[in-house]
Amino acid sequence: MSILVIAEHDNSSLKQATQSVVTAAKAIGGDVDVLVAGEGCGAVAEAAAKIEGVSKVLVADNAAYGHFLAENLSELVAEAGKGYSHILAAAGTTGKDFLPRVAALLDVAQISDIIRVESEDTFVRPIYAGNAIATVKSSDSIKVITVRPTAFDAAAAEGGSAAVEALDIVKDAGLSTFVGEEKAVSDRPDLASAGIVISGGRGMQNGDNFKMLEQVADVLGAAVGASRAAVDAGFVPNDMQVGQTGKIVAPQLYIAVGISGAIQHLAGMSDSKVIVAINKDEEAPIFQVADYGLVADLFEAVPQLEEELKKVI
Amino acid sequence: MKVLVAVKRVIDYNVKVRVKPDNTGVDLANVKMAMNPFCEIAVEEAVRLKEKGVASEIVVVSIGPKTAQEQIRTALALGADRGIHIETDEEVQSLEAAKLLKSVVEKEEPKLVILGKQSIDSDNNQTGQMLAALTGMGQGTFASEVVVEGDKVNVTREVDGGLMTVGLNLPAVVTTDLRLNEPRYASLPNIMKAKKKPLESISPADLGVDIAPRLSTLKVEAPAARQAGIKVADVAELVAKLKNEAKVI
Repeated sequence: MSILVIAEHDNSSLKQATQSVVTAAKAIGGDVDVLVAGEGCGAVAEAAAKIEGVSKVLVADNAAYGHFLAENLSELVAEAGKGYSHILAAAGTTGKDFLPRVAALLDVAQISDIIRVESEDTFVRPIYAGNAIATVKSSDSIKVITVRPTAFDAAAAEGGSAAVEALDIVKDAGLSTFVGEEKAVSDRPDLASAGIVISGGRGMQNGDNFKMLEQVADVLGAAVGASRAAVDAGFVPNDMQVGQTGKIVAPQLYIAVGISGAIQHLAGMSDSKVIVAINKDEEAPIFQVADYGLVADLFEAVPQLEEELKKVI
Repeated sequence: MKVLVAVKRVIDYNVKVRVKPDNTGVDLANVKMAMNPFCEIAVEEAVRLKEKGVASEIVVVSIGPKTAQEQIRTALALGADRGIHIETDEEVQSLEAAKLLKSVVEKEEPKLVILGKQSIDSDNNQTGQMLAALTGMGQGTFASEVVVEGDKVNVTREVDGGLMTVGLNLPAVVTTDLRLNEPRYASLPNIMKAKKKPLESISPADLGVDIAPRLSTLKVEAPAARQAGIKVADVAELVAKLKNEAKVI
């Protein structure tokens, strides 16, 4: 068995998610190679070579891969991956974009967002936004898999000394071009990968009141999220939504403020390590999943929380 | 230009999902079903393109049992012109769905195919990308803005940490994310009118597509239940617990 892991990176640095995918690959067993596709990504390849447990790093350094366009990347991976038994990528927006395309080019199924490896052909993945956990077995010759990074510990970034080989495959499908990008202006971490998330619900009453949560978030280095109820009420934009129809998060600490705990919200955050709920309704379902519940008026509790946190952080 | 929209019938997002006691799957008996929320956004985007005069005809397609026609009728009530139902009672996985849709694309020759980025039942997030690969089209996944200009479409995508815009040659595949639009509700007169719109039913065999699944589900379990924790008296106690007991701050 041999496994090809497609590195996630931004051409200058390797994303930690890649190390989590290497851990998943090691759980499958066999040699683990890493493919770094990008433009001017030599430093990324060097970092990948140092990951513990990596046998070989393949580098496809070409302008065609500079923006990770799925049309080009998928043709490269489909060709480079043919000799492997498994092709793995992190289930971030890049992996989710190009890997199903690879699977289709190879005429195999994809197994999305795995959280556990049972054996070389059997994997565990959440369905229904984590409300059910499925164990699935693949009958395909090549297993194409995206890995949920938060479900696997990161392999050590140092300790490996894999050989780095240039891969001379240039694929430009000519179907798409990069037009531009807009990085999130916030200094706060990305919601989907933040270590701490503080979210507000309908109880926030309006969008201005989310400033209170932002202030707490800045003390904690947290991201700010919202329930669908808060989004539907127009308090905050849709991209802040945590839940079945929004982002799935699994931070170390999740603080739910003025959120009742509708099923659709719980589906997006119940894998968090520690959950705190602040709600004035002590019957709110959110308390059934919270490790620490505080029955209080959020307009008093949240400013107090900011002050208390400042004392200890 | 013609726009093809694919929609899926799934469990309503407000329904609590229950795993069957024999662990073979999720209990769907007598459960409210609805159009997948991301598919609603796909239909809405197509209707808006038609209202802007960009789209001339909207064809909606769904794969599934007889009852999937309800979701096609919903899409017709929202403004789609014509429906295609690929009827099967078998489980259809993403690759096979993409192959079925490919044969519809070859027949209908749409300039734009819009799908939801994922369905909230299987959560695969694959079909649009696979369809794009099989038809040799470019793809704009997780779209938050779609702008058609001549024979190109610019798609702004929701990516980790921000937005990215790609330019695609038409025909192309777009998959929708939440911010793309807010779907409208169907009005009663439009629901009545939708009953008269054409809806064609075909089978996977008619399309010559083998839908045998590649993945077998060995078991489906409920996730480990979270235990309710403790109530704290005040904010000071909460912060102390987070720091000293949970050690997360």
